Amino acid sequence: MAIVAVFLTIDETRLVGALRETGEKLDGTEVESILDFSSVSRIDSGAVRALEELGRVADEKNVKVVLRGVNVDVYKVLKLMKLTRRFSFVN
Amino acid sequence: MIVTDAVKERVQIPLAVEGVSAERIAYLEGLVSQARTAAAVFSQFTQEDVDRIVKPMVLAGLEQAQHLARLAVEETRLGVMEDKVIKNMVASEFVYNYVKDKRTVGVIREIPERNLIEMAEPIGVLFSLTPITNPTSTVLFKCIMAIKTRNAVIFSPHPKAWHCCSEAVRIMYEAAVKHGAPEGVFACLDSPTLPDNAYLMKHKDIGLIDATGGPGVVKAAYSSGKPALGVGAGNTPVYLEKTADVNTAVVDIIVSKTFDNGTICASEQTVVIDDEIYDVVLKKFAELGAHICNEKETKLLERTVIDPETGFMQPMAVGQTAANIARFVGLKVKPDTKLLIAPIQGVGREHPLSVEKLFPVLAVYRAKSVAEALRVCVDVNHAGGLGHTAVVFSRNEDVIRKFGEVINAGRIIVNSPGSIGALGAVYNDLVPTFSFGCGTGGGNSTTDNVNVFHYLNIKRVARRTQNHMWFRVPNQIYFNMNAVENLRQFPSLSTIIVTSPLLEQIGHVDIVRRHICPKTHVHVQVIPDAEPEVKVIALGVEALNFYKADQIIALGGGSVIDAAKIMKLKYESPEADLEYLAAPFLDLRKRVVQYPTEKVNRARLIAISTTSGTGSEVTPFAVLTDKESGRKVTLADYSLTPDVAIVDPQFVMSMPKGLTADTGIDCLTHALEAGVSNYASPYTDSNAMQAIRLVFKYLPVAYEHPRDEEARCMMHNAACIAAMAFSNASVGVNHALAHAFGARFGIAHGRANALMLPHVIAYNAAVPTKFMPSPYTKGYTAHKKYATVADLLGLGGHTVEEKVTNLIAATDQLLDQLGFPQSIAELGISREEFEKAVPELASIAFEDPSWRSNPRMPLMSELIELFWKAYEGRGAAKVASTVEHSTV
Repeated sequence: MAIVAVFLTIDETRLVGALRETGEKLDGTEVESILDFSSVSRIDSGAVRALEELGRVADEKNVKVVLRGVNVDVYKVLKLMKLTRRFSFVN
Repeated sequence: MIVTDAVKERVQIPLAVEGVSAERIAYLEGLVSQARTAAAVFSQFTQEDVDRIVKPMVLAGLEQAQHLARLAVEETRLGVMEDKVIKNMVASEFVYNYVKDKRTVGVIREIPERNLIEMAEPIGVLFSLTPITNPTSTVLFKCIMAIKTRNAVIFSPHPKAWHCCSEAVRIMYEAAVKHGAPEGVFACLDSPTLPDNAYLMKHKDIGLIDATGGPGVVKAAYSSGKPALGVGAGNTPVYLEKTADVNTAVVDIIVSKTFDNGTICASEQTVVIDDEIYDVVLKKFAELGAHICNEKETKLLERTVIDPETGFMQPMAVGQTAANIARFVGLKVKPDTKLLIAPIQGVGREHPLSVEKLFPVLAVYRAKSVAEALRVCVDVNHAGGLGHTAVVFSRNEDVIRKFGEVINAGRIIVNSPGSIGALGAVYNDLVPTFSFGCGTGGGNSTTDNVNVFHYLNIKRVARRTQNHMWFRVPNQIYFNMNAVENLRQFPSLSTIIVTSPLLEQIGHVDIVRRHICPKTHVHVQVIPDAEPEVKVIALGVEALNFYKADQIIALGGGSVIDAAKIMKLKYESPEADLEYLAAPFLDLRKRVVQYPTEKVNRARLIAISTTSGTGSEVTPFAVLTDKESGRKVTLADYSLTPDVAIVDPQFVMSMPKGLTADTGIDCLTHALEAGVSNYASPYTDSNAMQAIRLVFKYLPVAYEHPRDEEARCMMHNAACIAAMAFSNASVGVNHALAHAFGARFGIAHGRANALMLPHVIAYNAAVPTKFMPSPYTKGYTAHKKYATVADLLGLGGHTVEEKVTNLIAATDQLLDQLGFPQSIAELGISREEFEKAVPELASIAFEDPSWRSNPRMPLMSELIELFWKAYEGRGAAKVASTVEHSTV
């Protein structure tokens, strides 16, 4: 049975790890994966790479990744990296 | 620094392009991708984050200054190690001292008086080319600037300075990343080539090219199509003028020209010396270790250090010592010779040593005069040095200023060394730099010493500002019956009364005379009761001069008062050119033409109005007609406003009915247009509203019962009050239409206004096709203003639309009461004749400045439509749809 959505709260202190794990867990059975970024105030190069990878995997497995509560500074980084089109954003 | 595996994986390898293999492209793409990520991450950093990184980088630069200088000299074989240490220290410490307190993140400057805030936006990824002459210092400088501004940089050093530069980048990178900078923030191209540079210069993710180097590099940067800072070669002229402190000048020139063996492009190239001190100067140079070449030695030097084919310096001489150069050339000089000085007789290809020489060879020229010296300096400046640097030694301020005027250089260094002076912050307060902007003369985009602010996009947050507004009226206004008696308080030796024949005939002039101060000589200047003409004005001015008048009393309607205003202007300022003063303007405060302030005569202007409409007694306007040229000149300036206005109803008691109606509706139009004007203010509103109220109440009474003193008095006041409103808020499209129509068909101004008025109210109350830009108003308010008028008049209605409709109906009713025609057609103008005239009428109305303050910007098609509505009649005036239907 397909899972409609998976919710995950992302902890800033282990951001890269959490994103990688999310990517690894995507198996195509879920329709969308919602990552709560409310506690993420800033991302580094490693996180950018992990997000790029997550976006790639999600595309492959046809899973919609929704980033929730992304602050505008982090959103701007994603914009500069042309990553916003790979994710959906909700408040 | 290196492309990480993670980055390599992310980069798709493109096809090879000309001169760059696919593998090399993958490498370059990896560098760019890494830098782009770093720049994106960097965008989140605060000022404090950035400053925490910059300081340890600077300290690392200082600690490694000697190491890097040694590497640079060993690799490039140019310059002096000790001097390069100084350069590295300046690039670190002095640059830090300049940038440490500068805000480069978020709000960088607040200008409250202009309601502006400047904010910083990083550029992203910079591609930076660095030179062979100042290799490590340039890298240190650019790294510090980049971190301070949250940018990532990919460096492409001169191939012959790659090792020392990549080491400088490594030192800066490690210090930066250790203190929190994003990884990949700096990278240095491995074995850079020209095709690499070409590829990166055109890369879509490179935000700015910062090219410091020779003309080729700079040209390539500017030709790339990318934003670029390209700063390159110079040719510094020096004028050593006879008043200069020779000892200081000679030492400064030696310090500068020998610094790092002359590799700084701002160093002195040709010294032009005044004849009077030439020998002394050369003797001083020789005493301090310079070798003065004789003619034969100069020839030898020319042939060796300058390429005869290109005319440029030979690369092998760049950054070498004077003794080494002498040895190449075959000159016998002392081993400790600091500088080779070669006298030249001119500038240009036939004088090879007059070009840039980045080594300790200095050309000198003996000038017979200041003029000749300046000419030669200009020649040197134009021989490859445009926009760069120039030096003057002088104690004569005029000479320094003249030098500054004629030389095109971004840096004009006074009484100090050129090279170190141009670097800034050592001998002067220029911004410390290792990149000299050379302006358009040098093919550059700036003449600045390149600094952190060139590494930023500066955003201006501009808040809405309201310009200061005004409310200007005559100093004194006397009103009510017999107000004319106040004339006696104005002392005068000689008064001219300007008036019309009729007013003299019916005894108004005598009334005025009775109240003028005793002992005043009075002359009466009778002028036709029509729009004033040039000839009439000239006669009036002649009379003013003849009688040496100190007071003018204008007694009459708008035309007479206008004539008196212009007479006063020409009397006080005979040079005033009326055509010139009538030049069009959009905003009174920003107008190009200024009215004269110097006056040869002075006269007080007292205006006594004998009609209740134009309000000319308090307005700053006057209209003049030149019958010979057929031109009409409208003058507008607050200096035209009469000094005193007397609003005495006794002078209007005998106004005929028609004139009462025409002038009364003119007054109403003034008030309504000022009320909805874009220049309306609470001050003008209070006047406009009161005038409207008075007109609706008293105009029908004054019309039906001309001897009703109260009605006459109130209408006379209303005209003046409305004029105070429109003097400060202006009028609108109704006046533009009426001016055009009235002039074409010979219709009285008030009557023409009446034909347009209901239609214009409906037009302004509707949703505009085109809004008029106006910083003074918040939102569109014309319909609400009309609704407020309706409320004031007690016309009823719940919604704005209803109220506007009621106002139009009330206006219609008033016009009917006053016997105005319903339409233009009623005037007997045939449809054919009108149809023929309308395009031109619309064009003239559009030219009329009156509508510029109208809340709705009239389109030509709308002006035509309004004319046709006026032709069809008042029934056509309906509110289409107001901006809001809500109740107010």
